[in-house]
Amino acid sequence: MSEKVLMKGNEALAEAAIMAGCKHYLGYPITPQTEIAAYMSKRLPKIDGGVFLQAESEVAAVNMLIGVASTGKRAMTSSSSPGISLKSEGISYLAGCDLPALIVNVQRGGPGLGGIQPSQSDYFQATRGLGHGDFHLMVLAPASVQEMVDLVFKGFDLAEKYRVPAMILSDGTMGQMMEPVSLDAGVINNYDKSWALTGTKGERKPNIVNSLYLKPEELEVKNMERFERYAQIEKNEVMYEEYKMDDAEICIVAFGVAARVSQNAIDIARQQGIKVGMIRPITLWPFPKDALYEAAKKVKAFISVELNMGQMVEDIQLATKCTREVLLCNRVGGMIPTTENVLDKINEAVKLGGVK
Amino acid sequence: MAVVFEKPKALTDAVLHYCPGCTHGIIHRLVAEAIDELGIGGRTIGVASVGCSVMTYNYFNCDMVQAAHGRAPAVATGVKRSDSNNIVFTYQGDGDLAAIGTAETVHSAARGENITIIFVNNAIYGMTGGQMAPTTLPGQVTQTSPYGRDVEKVGYPLKVCEMLSQVDGATYLERVAVNNVKNIKVAKAAIKKAFQNQVEGKGFSLVEVLSTCPTNWGMTPENAIHWLEENMMPYYPLGVYKDKTAK
Amino acid sequence: MAKVTFNENLCKGCGLCVTACPKKIVALKNTLNAKGYHPAGVEKQEDCIGCAFCATMCPDCVITVER
Repeated sequence: MSEKVLMKGNEALAEAAIMAGCKHYLGYPITPQTEIAAYMSKRLPKIDGGVFLQAESEVAAVNMLIGVASTGKRAMTSSSSPGISLKSEGISYLAGCDLPALIVNVQRGGPGLGGIQPSQSDYFQATRGLGHGDFHLMVLAPASVQEMVDLVFKGFDLAEKYRVPAMILSDGTMGQMMEPVSLDAGVINNYDKSWALTGTKGERKPNIVNSLYLKPEELEVKNMERFERYAQIEKNEVMYEEYKMDDAEICIVAFGVAARVSQNAIDIARQQGIKVGMIRPITLWPFPKDALYEAAKKVKAFISVELNMGQMVEDIQLATKCTREVLLCNRVGGMIPTTENVLDKINEAVKLGGVK
Repeated sequence: MAVVFEKPKALTDAVLHYCPGCTHGIIHRLVAEAIDELGIGGRTIGVASVGCSVMTYNYFNCDMVQAAHGRAPAVATGVKRSDSNNIVFTYQGDGDLAAIGTAETVHSAARGENITIIFVNNAIYGMTGGQMAPTTLPGQVTQTSPYGRDVEKVGYPLKVCEMLSQVDGATYLERVAVNNVKNIKVAKAAIKKAFQNQVEGKGFSLVEVLSTCPTNWGMTPENAIHWLEENMMPYYPLGVYKDKTAK
Repeated sequence: MAKVTFNENLCKGCGLCVTACPKKIVALKNTLNAKGYHPAGVEKQEDCIGCAFCATMCPDCVITVER
């Protein structure tokens, strides 16, 4: 382990991307992720082959990302909620072209221009519908500055391994928070990139990066093949963390900053003798369905703690096949649930009955 | 006897899907000839657009990426910035380049991206069946301007070369036509120069090629050529609009 | 001495080569090709001067010219 340094989440994420071999950053300013662009603009020109480019729009930025990704190189773009909506067309093309790339969403409140304070209201967008067509992207949700680093390595690795776009779904809190981190975060695997556009050099047939298939039977095959890869991802790449779940009778499900608040509340509730634990999804897609299904056999109720109107609730209900009550503890619009909000909801769960 | 004219190596054997008499095929060939003559096929990466030229990735014998509607210059920027040794070109129609992709066009020029843009202007949306384009002429009848383009209501056509000539970042802008053998030779030289500029690191080059759309204009290929000469060429004068490389 | 060869099955019968030929020796045939078009061909090969105007105008790379 390298020595730890004190860094802001957004800057740690940017530095981690560089350490993970990403030399191309294409972005556009938007609060609260602009530190990523600013950091990259300072660092990348000092690196051999490094390219920082401020595009004319989020739309252009994601298409520049497609250009770099199609040559087989690691590339990243970042934005915040309204900007991610603009990138959604390009993200659909990334998926349709089977291109690996990393997209960072430092979420803010919405809809529309919304606000600039932290939010998790792009959960549906990230896990369900980030663009037209049948596709998924890996969605990784950090809950600490260290995870901002670790998941960048993981995101690039999984994106290349499965040839899918990956997203870091962060929020304003994670981005602005300062914590000590180790930047010695992972290995860079070499995956096959014979598909990449490197010029034929007159030695091979042209490579084509494309998402257009006018023959329906061909497009069907492409979709089926892609979903076979998704099935592998769901089987092999689910990440989550359990906290005090051994004897838990109430299970909080929370990610990102909501998980940090929840952890506090759990510790206090435990002092009061309430057996509450937490499952923290680290991958939001694939969602840790099996872990929640198993938890449902032991706990009496679930509490979803979120910075949105309850977008993850139905994933919990689906994973547990609606066998347990799922309560929602939420704040929205840039507000963050307090420890007291979570404790209140824990007490409400206790009153549901069946909890000692 | 020696072969003095044959299909260039930078074109694949795929049969072009374009309608009979559509001059896209001539422009494809000129691009391929330029690539062959400069000996750059092995390091050329093309960017296909959306419109009739959407399937150019099947026709050029080099690595290709297919871009979303209007985004080809942004994708080309990424490919070029990935490795400056790549020779990167886009092949775009008028709807793609001058309507939905105006921002990408103007800003890739403003950045002076060292890329080559082949802009095919046939004053209509061909692939979708003949709707009004940003370059549709005043009074021109299309599917979505059935009474003729009324400039009072929908505004005037964009003159791309004239517009970009005001952008400091642009290096070379020329408008050509492929209506006859003489002009095709001029077009060929312009396209080759646009690639040569990139090879020499001279920056953003765009060649606008006036082209026909016999099917959607509703006329024979021969009459389409005449219509281009009588209507498009006066509105879109041929010539060099900017050349920073000129001595 | 010049020779033009038409790869007839690639021809879409647009006739642009016909208009380009300065010797007026290119014409559309009465026969149909595999695509169902009347392909272009040269009528008096011996009059060909190998200028390649027909090939230059052809959008479909149908024509090879030797000289």
